Amino acid sequence: MLRFVVRRVLLMVPTLFIISALVYFIIDLPPGDCVTSQIDELLARGDPDAHGRAIELRQLYNLDDPLWQRYLEWVAGIFRWDFGLSCQDTVPVSELIGERMVLTLVMESATIIFIWTVSFVIGVYAATHQYQMGDYVASFVGFIGLAIPNFLLALVLLYVGKVYFGLSIGGLMDAEYIGQPTSWGKIVSVAEHLIIPVVVIGTSGTAGMIRRLRANLLDELQKQYVVTGRAKGLPPLKLLIKYPLRHAINPFVADIGGLLPDVISGSVIVSVVLSLPTTGPMLLGALKTQDVNLAATFLLFVATLTVIGMLISDLALAALDPRIRFGAKSEK
Amino acid sequence: MTDRPSDDTSGTPRRTPHYVNREAWDPYVSERLTADQEKYYMAGQWKLMWWRFRRHRPAVAAMIFLALMYFTTLISEWIAPYDLHARHSGYIFAPPQSVHLFHEGKFVGPFVYALKTTRDLETLQRIYTPDPTKPMPLRFFCSGAPYEFWGLVHGHFHFVCPPRGGQFFWLGTDRLGRDMFSRIVYAARISLTIGIIGIALSFALALILGGLAGYYGGWVDNVVQRLTEIIKSFPHLPLWLALSAALPITWSPLLIYFGITIILALLDWPSLGRAVRSKLLSLREEDYALAAQMMGAKPGRIIGRHLLPGFMSHLIASATLSIPSMILAETALSFLGLGLRPPITSWGVLLNEATDINVVAVNWWLMLPVVPVILVILAYQFMGDGMRDAADPYA
Repeated sequence: MLRFVVRRVLLMVPTLFIISALVYFIIDLPPGDCVTSQIDELLARGDPDAHGRAIELRQLYNLDDPLWQRYLEWVAGIFRWDFGLSCQDTVPVSELIGERMVLTLVMESATIIFIWTVSFVIGVYAATHQYQMGDYVASFVGFIGLAIPNFLLALVLLYVGKVYFGLSIGGLMDAEYIGQPTSWGKIVSVAEHLIIPVVVIGTSGTAGMIRRLRANLLDELQKQYVVTGRAKGLPPLKLLIKYPLRHAINPFVADIGGLLPDVISGSVIVSVVLSLPTTGPMLLGALKTQDVNLAATFLLFVATLTVIGMLISDLALAALDPRIRFGAKSEK
Repeated sequence: MTDRPSDDTSGTPRRTPHYVNREAWDPYVSERLTADQEKYYMAGQWKLMWWRFRRHRPAVAAMIFLALMYFTTLISEWIAPYDLHARHSGYIFAPPQSVHLFHEGKFVGPFVYALKTTRDLETLQRIYTPDPTKPMPLRFFCSGAPYEFWGLVHGHFHFVCPPRGGQFFWLGTDRLGRDMFSRIVYAARISLTIGIIGIALSFALALILGGLAGYYGGWVDNVVQRLTEIIKSFPHLPLWLALSAALPITWSPLLIYFGITIILALLDWPSLGRAVRSKLLSLREEDYALAAQMMGAKPGRIIGRHLLPGFMSHLIASATLSIPSMILAETALSFLGLGLRPPITSWGVLLNEATDINVVAVNWWLMLPVVPVILVILAYQFMGDGMRDAADPYA
C-alpha cells in the first residue's frame, strides 16, 4: 500500500511540471505581451512619456528575457511561495489570489458534495424503480441538465432567485462581510450565496453520475445472489444495502477523478457569469491581457487541485475495493 | 368363425407398406431456414446494427430531427427571411411578433400586425405594440432580400418573406435590429458543423495515437498514456480558454473557426484514444491477428484491415456521444468572447449578447438561441445512446 501511495505521489511531480511549462508557453504564445496594451493606451491618450514608460515596465517584468528564462524564474519562485508580479496591477500574484483560491476550494467542495448526495439518492431510486415514472423523470431531468449550457442556467436562476426568492445576487457574501474576519454571520452569508452556483455547476455532473450509478446498480441487482437473497426472504432494504450497493458504489468513488475537471471547468464559466470572487473571472481577465504570471499561477492551481483529486480517488478506490492490486493496474 | 371381424386378416397387411421416396435426399433438410431466418442470418454486421437501432424509437426520432437540422443548413438562405447582417435601425430590441390566422373573426391566412413604436419618456426605452387595425399577410415562396447562395450564386427566393411595407420578426430583433430568427438559422451552419469537423479530427487523432500505443506497446504506449493522462487530468475549459486566447487577433474569422475546431479536437481525443488502445491491446493477441502477421501483413494493414473493423461501431457510437460536449464547448467559448468572432456567427456568438441579467428581465428573446442548442444536444444524446446499444448486434 505504501509503495503504491509513494509511486502515485511521485508521478504527480513530473505531471505538474509538464502542465506548468505547457500553460506558461501557451499563454505567452500570441504576439505582443501584457505591456503592449498598456502602452497602446498611454499612446492613445497622447502621453509623451509612453516609450520611456514602456522600457521601464518591460524591465520591471523582465519581458526582454527569453521565455524559458522567465519560466524558470517563475517556477523557482513557486517554491518560495512567490508567483511573480501581476502585470495588470503591479502587485505580487500571491496577494491577489489568496482569498480567491480559498473561496474556489469552498465552492468546488460544496459542488462535489452536492453532486454526490443528489446523484446518490436519485440514482438508487431510479435503479430500484426501473421503468417507472420516477425513473423516467430522473433520466429526463438528467438529460436536460446535460443539455442546458451552464452559463444560461446560471443567468436564469440568478434572476429567478432574485425575483421570486429574494436571494441576493452577485458575489459570494454580503457586502458588509467583505474583508471581515470569519464569523458565523459570514459563513451563513457565504452559504446563501453558494446555492445558485453550486446547483448550476452541479447539474451537468449530476446527470452523468446518476446514469452511471443507475447502470451499475441495475447490473448488480440482476445477479443471482440478489435473486437468491430475495427468494430466501431478506428484507428488501437490507438486500439492497448489504451487497449490491457496495458493489455499485465503487465506480462512483472512482469517478471523482473524472468529475473534478468538469466541476472546475463549470465553476470558471459560472463564476464569470455571476461575477463571483473566485478564480474564474480573474483567470479570464488575465488570459485576455496576457498577464502570464497570474494566468499561469491560476492554471497551475487548478491543475494541482485536479491531480490531487485524482490521487484521492485512486486511494479511496484502492481502499474500498480489495480486488484492486497495488502497482499493477488492470488493463481496462 | 368366418363372420367374426378380424383386425388381422381383413385385407390390409399387418406390416406398414414399404415406402420409397423417389426424390433426392437433402442432407441439410433439418437445418433449412425460413425466408425470415435466412434474411436474419445472412445479414451483414451493419445491417444488423441498423435493425437493432430502428427498435430504439427515441433514437430514430432524434436521427430524423438531426438530419432535418443538417438539411436546413444547406438551404439557410431560403429559410431565413432576412440576411444575416441586415440591420433595421427602426426596430431595435423589437419583441417577437406572433403570427395570427384570424382578423376580426375572419380568416385571413398567416399574418402579423404592424408594429407601432412609442417611447417611454421616463426610461427612454422604445415600446413596441402591435397595431390590431393593420393586418399584414405574410408572403410565401416569394422573392425578398437578395443574397448570394453559399456565397456563390445570386438569388432572392425565400420560403417566407416579410409583408409588403412591413416587417416580420418572428423571434424579435437584437441590439442592432437584426432579425433573431434569420440569425439563428444562419448560425446553425457554424454550430452544427463545428461538432462534426471537431469530432472528425479528434477521431483521426484517437485512431492514430491510440492505434500506435495499442499495437506497439512499450515506450510508444508509455508516452501516449502519459499524454492522455495529462490531458484528461486537466480541466478543459481553462485550457480551451488559454489556447483560444492564444489565437492571434490578426487571423481572419474563418481561420479562427478552424483554429477553434482544432483546439476542441486536441483536448477531446484522449478518451477515444484510450478505448482504441485497450481494444487493440486485447485484439492483437487473437489468432487471426497472428495469422495476418505470419502472412507478412504490415502493421498498418493489420490495424486498419483486421483489427479496427472489429470495434469500429463502438468507436462511432462513443464519438457521437462526445459531439454534444463539443457543441457546448464552442458555445461556452464564444459566450465568453474567446471563441468565434463576428462576422462568423454561431449560437454561442448569438448568446454572447445575452450575458447580463437585464436580458433575462427585459429582452428575454435574446436567449432563444439556446433552444436549438438544447434540442440538438438532446438529439445527439438519444441518437448516441441508440447507436451504443446497437453497436454490438451479436450480443
